Amino acid sequence: MKIALMGQPNSGKSTIFNHVAGYKAVTSNFPGKTVKYELTKLNLLGRTAELVDLPGTYSLTSFDLAELEARKYLLKGNVDIVINVIDASLLSRSLELTLQLLELKLPMVICLNMIDEAERKGIKIDIEKLSKIFGVPVVPAVAIKGKGIKELFSTAHKVEEKKKIGKTINFSKDVEDVVTKLSIQIKKKQIEQEFNVPERFLALKYLENDSYFMENYKKKSNVLFEEIANFQNILKETHGRQSDVVISSERHHLSMNIYESVVSLTKPHTSLIDYLDNILMHPFLGYISLGLIFYLFFNLIFGAGKMVEEPLLDYFYKLIPLIGKSIDPNTLSFSIISGIVQGLAGGIAIVLPYLFPFLFGLAILEDLGYLPRIAFLLDAFLHKIGLHGKAIIPFILGYGCTVPAIMATRILESERDRFIASVLATMIPCAARMTIIFALVAFYISPQAALAVYILNIIVIIISGKILSRLLPEITPGMILEIPAYHIPSIKVALAKTWLRMKEFIFVAWPLLIVGSTILSLLQYYKMDMLINNFFSPLTSLLGLPLVVGTTLIFGILRKELSMLMLIQAIGTSNVVAVMSTTQIMTFTIFVIFYVPCAATIAVLWKEIGSKRTLFTIAFTTILAIILATITRFVY
Amino acid sequence: MIITLDSIGENQKAKVVSISGGWGVRQRLGCLGIHPGDILTVKRSAIMRGPILVSVHGNQVALGRGVARRVVVEAE
Repeated sequence: MKIALMGQPNSGKSTIFNHVAGYKAVTSNFPGKTVKYELTKLNLLGRTAELVDLPGTYSLTSFDLAELEARKYLLKGNVDIVINVIDASLLSRSLELTLQLLELKLPMVICLNMIDEAERKGIKIDIEKLSKIFGVPVVPAVAIKGKGIKELFSTAHKVEEKKKIGKTINFSKDVEDVVTKLSIQIKKKQIEQEFNVPERFLALKYLENDSYFMENYKKKSNVLFEEIANFQNILKETHGRQSDVVISSERHHLSMNIYESVVSLTKPHTSLIDYLDNILMHPFLGYISLGLIFYLFFNLIFGAGKMVEEPLLDYFYKLIPLIGKSIDPNTLSFSIISGIVQGLAGGIAIVLPYLFPFLFGLAILEDLGYLPRIAFLLDAFLHKIGLHGKAIIPFILGYGCTVPAIMATRILESERDRFIASVLATMIPCAARMTIIFALVAFYISPQAALAVYILNIIVIIISGKILSRLLPEITPGMILEIPAYHIPSIKVALAKTWLRMKEFIFVAWPLLIVGSTILSLLQYYKMDMLINNFFSPLTSLLGLPLVVGTTLIFGILRKELSMLMLIQAIGTSNVVAVMSTTQIMTFTIFVIFYVPCAATIAVLWKEIGSKRTLFTIAFTTILAIILATITRFVY
Repeated sequence: MIITLDSIGENQKAKVVSISGGWGVRQRLGCLGIHPGDILTVKRSAIMRGPILVSVHGNQVALGRGVARRVVVEAE
């Protein structure tokens, strides 16, 4: 049995999914965070079922890649039951998708999520009446608190057993007549079977001019195509609007009517959080708060990280000579053991102290709903680099990890925007590179210097954006973005999300780190590292860096934080300033931030923007890194 | 008076007359509850010809300046 969670963006599908699966799908308070589907198995009253969390979609006429993915999955035809998740506080708008889902004639349950939020807004919903109108069960829930989830799934089970399909609700008579006539034509030619959808659904998609269904048809028969155009014209003439507007207006009116018949409005309870936008979106205070929030965020990460890094490094620093006392430092086994210890130490003492506060802080900002506000504030600035406000979301996620940032570019409508945003996202210092900035620059030079690195980085991104948008002079489609209500973040959920993101470091990067530092130990033991270092010597001498840095740059392609940890190992001390000057530290950091994206990023770029553009990105960033690092060498 | 949405001031109401953009813009706005006939309230207008924030059916939507220019409205 396959159950699909389907609903508009930000309605809580992933929250329901996580309640069943454990925290597996990242949730945040911004529309469109789920860009690919996630699967889990669950035991439903003794039967094994598969639950799929689909990206949110406003309608079944889809525009961006994430929405298309959701629709494609649903139309593939092996979904046994649909759970239509609705944000109850946005009921009237959400019903437009519900009407379309009913047209698919699949067994369905409606989940009225965030029912508490709706009540707070003074929206009281007659659940029984709603269920009667649609002919499918309606289950109220508060997914974030786990309320109603059990009932939701037991209802889904019952519906699946009975194969209960909802009612199709008719439009006004003249529109319905056109729809019926076209449906009959479709049925006659059996086109609906090809798509595996009901004929009425297909008729509506044709009247809506949905490009996916239209193009697929244009190739095959011109006869029906002419008829479609004819029916579209009838609607256009009788209503004075394009046929797609006629259909969407019909759905809109139906939804509004249903909404009015099931809802009784009472006085809304306002809370302090409703006034937050008076500051955070204010034309002047908004920008001040934005700067302040990020400045505080920066200081918090550095303060918390430093507090832990210092004592831990001291501890590990004492440990290695201790090993040297019991094992002869000139043996192979000492090399291996000290390699492993350094790999472990690097993870615990240098990476984790900065990674945790950063990811936790990001989770809180995401869940609060601040990210779409930033998109609003910065839209005008992003237009200057040829993008629009929504692009800020992948960029901010890029400070966490570049891989989800590039995935998140799917929320952008045009291919050109996705390409530019992807290239720029690779240059944003992800959490791995952040640990380098904090543990090297902030720790050994000064926090101000680290802040300067971030500012320089933003300037370089702006200039690169300008260059790229000059190369691809196409007008960005402009921002249309829902600004969701604030939600008070749950600490438990934020911790779960932080843990999900840290797992990537702990289970993928850390083992790599330990293996990497062991390999480096072996290379050093057999004096092979010099071969690699000599190969890189033209680069290292151009940048004025110690020769031993060469090897670390190779490791940096695997994982960015490796290059720093390997650096510490390669120069043989964690007291970096004893070996490298502050200029060298700065040059190294600048180079590592910009050069070649890490292996995981290259893989996701390859998938999202194609091989040619990925190779372009690699070349572009490498040249940029060499230029910037050379300048740093002579200027800093 | 018939004007476009980008010239509506803060805290003013407007009724949508038509949407002059292409299919994509029409559909996208429709999904967010903006159709001909709907009443919008402009909540905020960002500086530097940035986006505007409208409230429609109890929901807030940010529209880039270029998008707002395509929404023909009647000031209330």
